[in-house]
Amino acid sequence: MLRIDRRLITHFDWLLLVCTLLVIGCGLVTVLSATHSPGRLVSPLAVRQAMWAGAGLICMLLALSFDYHWLERYGWIPYVLGIILLLAVTVAGSSGGGARRWIDLGPVSLQPSEFAKLALIIALVRYLHRQAGDTPLTLRALIVPFALLVPVAALILKQPDLGTAVVVCMTAGMVLLLSGLRLRWILAVAAVVVPVAPYLWHHLKPYQQRRILTFIDPQADPLGAGYHIIQSKIAIGSGLLHGKGFLRGTQNHLNFLPEQHTDFIFAVFAEEWGFIGATILVVLYAALLMRCFVIAFRARDSFGVLLAFGLTAGIFCQVFVNMGMAMGVLPVVGVTLPFFSYGGSSMLACMVAIGLLMNISMRRFTF
Amino acid sequence: MPLMQREVPLGLRRRLLVALAGSIVGFVVLLGQLWNLQILQGEEMRASSESNRIRLRRVQATRGTVLDRHRRVIVDSRPSFDAVLVPEDARDLPLTIETLAQLLRHSTAEMHTLLAQTSERPPFEELTVKRDLSWDEVVALETHQLELPGVSLQITPRRSYPLGTELAHLIGYVGEASPQDLAADPRYRMGDLVGKAGLEKELEQHLRGVSGGQQVEVDAVGRRLRVLREVEEIPGSIVQLTIDLDLQSAAAGALGARDGVVVALDPNNGDILAFVNHPAFDPNLFARGIRGDEWRALVGDPLKPLNDRAIQGQYPPGSTFKIVVATAALDENVINPFTRISCGGGVWFGNRYFRCWKKGGHGSMNVHDALVNSCDVFFYQVAQRLGVDAIARYARAFGLGAPTGIALEHEQKGIIPDTDWKRQRFKQPWYAGETLSVAIGQGYVTATPLQMANLIASVAVGKHFRPRYVAHVETPDGEVVHTDAPEVRGVLEVRDTTMRQVRDALRDVVGRGTGKKAQVKGIEVAGKTGTSQVVTLGKERIKASKLPRNQRDHAWFVAYAPTEDPQIAVVTLVEHAEGGGGAVAAPIAQQVMETFFRLKTERESGYAQDRSPADHTF
Repeated sequence: MLRIDRRLITHFDWLLLVCTLLVIGCGLVTVLSATHSPGRLVSPLAVRQAMWAGAGLICMLLALSFDYHWLERYGWIPYVLGIILLLAVTVAGSSGGGARRWIDLGPVSLQPSEFAKLALIIALVRYLHRQAGDTPLTLRALIVPFALLVPVAALILKQPDLGTAVVVCMTAGMVLLLSGLRLRWILAVAAVVVPVAPYLWHHLKPYQQRRILTFIDPQADPLGAGYHIIQSKIAIGSGLLHGKGFLRGTQNHLNFLPEQHTDFIFAVFAEEWGFIGATILVVLYAALLMRCFVIAFRARDSFGVLLAFGLTAGIFCQVFVNMGMAMGVLPVVGVTLPFFSYGGSSMLACMVAIGLLMNISMRRFTF
Repeated sequence: MPLMQREVPLGLRRRLLVALAGSIVGFVVLLGQLWNLQILQGEEMRASSESNRIRLRRVQATRGTVLDRHRRVIVDSRPSFDAVLVPEDARDLPLTIETLAQLLRHSTAEMHTLLAQTSERPPFEELTVKRDLSWDEVVALETHQLELPGVSLQITPRRSYPLGTELAHLIGYVGEASPQDLAADPRYRMGDLVGKAGLEKELEQHLRGVSGGQQVEVDAVGRRLRVLREVEEIPGSIVQLTIDLDLQSAAAGALGARDGVVVALDPNNGDILAFVNHPAFDPNLFARGIRGDEWRALVGDPLKPLNDRAIQGQYPPGSTFKIVVATAALDENVINPFTRISCGGGVWFGNRYFRCWKKGGHGSMNVHDALVNSCDVFFYQVAQRLGVDAIARYARAFGLGAPTGIALEHEQKGIIPDTDWKRQRFKQPWYAGETLSVAIGQGYVTATPLQMANLIASVAVGKHFRPRYVAHVETPDGEVVHTDAPEVRGVLEVRDTTMRQVRDALRDVVGRGTGKKAQVKGIEVAGKTGTSQVVTLGKERIKASKLPRNQRDHAWFVAYAPTEDPQIAVVTLVEHAEGGGGAVAAPIAQQVMETFFRLKTERESGYAQDRSPADHTF
């Protein structure tokens, strides 16, 4: 399986790697700024993040070293592991900020939801690629995808981590649509979900309910979530064209921004680097994702197409939700910005996704 | 290549193109919003972030007003000036706090706990330094405003209790939300006032209203520039009580400086009309934030002014308990109205002599005379024939031995002993001699004053209700949102003849017996005196004035009136009184009942126009 011949190396996707590394570099600089304290230039968190990036590169290499068709057969293994990890969190997870999301492993702690998301995409694609074709999916073909999605989404929601759960559902929905799900089935699902929604609503934590209500009407809660949106928009807007400069973001350093090194890190970046910097970053992300789309187009078989697309959709959803939230076009649901936010699990999972994409890209000519 | 492409269905590729287009649209949206925020609104946002800062100011809703049954104010809210500090805006926090301590005459120790508090909170959150500043302090802060960046004055509604200590135990008090309160209810924020005791706590949900909020723009030294956004608060609901303020103050006046309880209620529905506890505390202390020394003084006071004696004080009921024994004896046919027992001033039981309170004895008596004269010997004899278990059964039917169910915390239930109770409590059998103590409401028997009010209400109307103090709760717009419906807690299932005989005897207690001092002109009153011993039982009684205060007897009086159509039931308890129930407690009940019927005639004839709702509501 570990068959890295010269032909593969010549097909290595340098463009994707360069885009990824540029984004990670911007992220490191911004984590440094967000966690900067006077008197010490490099914060311990920034150092840790750099180490995570290094570990991510190794994971990426591992993920491209085997033939991705192996997943066509054994794609259920990561899924089972993911579910076990999520269950472990509910039993032995350590809590932070009122939620149980992490598993403590001595010096590091893992956030299994990040890996479960990846595993779900693989398992979904493994099942769907047989169905994918020019004929639309039947309703019966949807039973298995739902059976795969529901446990993951429910366990993540229970932590509670509304943001990741939303991203997981969005990604799964996109994969289903791409596999040929008819719009009418989506309407049918909506007809089921809408009556259940009040029940689900009841199960959300009060702060989650507040955030959704605040998005619908920011005036409703100017004290809590509404405050975050407004402060984040002020941070971004006050960057103007050129930005306030590295380490000069006042919104950031005066603690106006909540979760400044994770969920709202984009606001920190946009405040310090202005419209020019933020546009470059958005374009970098766009370029990265366009490259991913190209990989999906060029993939050799429908499994490759679907897998590449699933991974792309996962990254896209998270980028879009995070940036949209910081800019006030989406509700505050708390997801990380891939390759950018502080957090080891997110970094590793994203790098594995990149590795798999490269894997698909490199093997587009092999048989 | 063509061969490979055939492996991927065309539809899949088409949909992939659509997805690509969709994601491009997504990025364009993001770039558009960036343009909007950073270029179009950029200058505005830059201004917000630089020269101005936005603060969140929570506006706690004005707590609901509490009114009496004639809509006169019992608890209100008035504006007060508070000093608040935003730690982040203070340039030199220790210096600012030191200056504040001088201006507000706080001790440095208090200021240090304040400093400790600030370190646990987000630096941009407001911290209330001192509530309800005096006028001098307001002026001092205003003049030193420039030396105190980050400090500002805030006007907040303050709880005000015009009655002072009167009715304090029913009203309770408020205090800042504790960490437990904050954890239990997400609607609370640090610094919110929360009901901590009494009706302030019981009716918290109605009284607190819904907090509003403001986004306020402040300048670099924390001065408010303008309100950007505002969510109006919804004031708390208005609570109308069953208390009658006139009767309440008459009862408080009648008890005076003595320690004890006066409760008056309507036996027909359980409405509490007056609720006096002495000694008491002043809820206004809590409203402005009680100081450490004040709190320690309240808690350390040996007279326990924080205790709600009416529901927490458990006293031996003394001779008032003979009502229970007489009812049980008649209804169980242990005696009949003509059964006579001779009292020679005491009775031997085993090797112990049980005295009657009257040294020379009462002579031969039937149950009527025994109640009227409160003869102990008669009830010693009757109780032996009844046995303790029968007495206990009737006592429970009168509402003793169980909580009354009033909506107040920490209610005690007293003790009604029987053989089971003794076995469980002491792992001992019941000794017949103990029944003699129970006969005169001593020994293990204890009851709270409110239970005794239920007991006399049961005599009056044959049943008792859960005592209630809330008539209804209404929103500021007048919409009634809550009523406390009368609830029967116990029905006295005894023969009518039994009831009539007991009532007749209680009428004569006031008419010509031990309770003569409770007579009200023009109204027929029924009642029973009681003098319960605190220390030794069965010994000769010593004059109260010769005993130290805490060994003196408690004086009881329970009564209802008018006998034919009972409208008021009263219980009076004077702790460690200077005399017995007839001498000390009965006159207090007399004043309460007299006031009640005088007010009733006045109101009915329209003299009480100055009490009409229009003048006394806001």
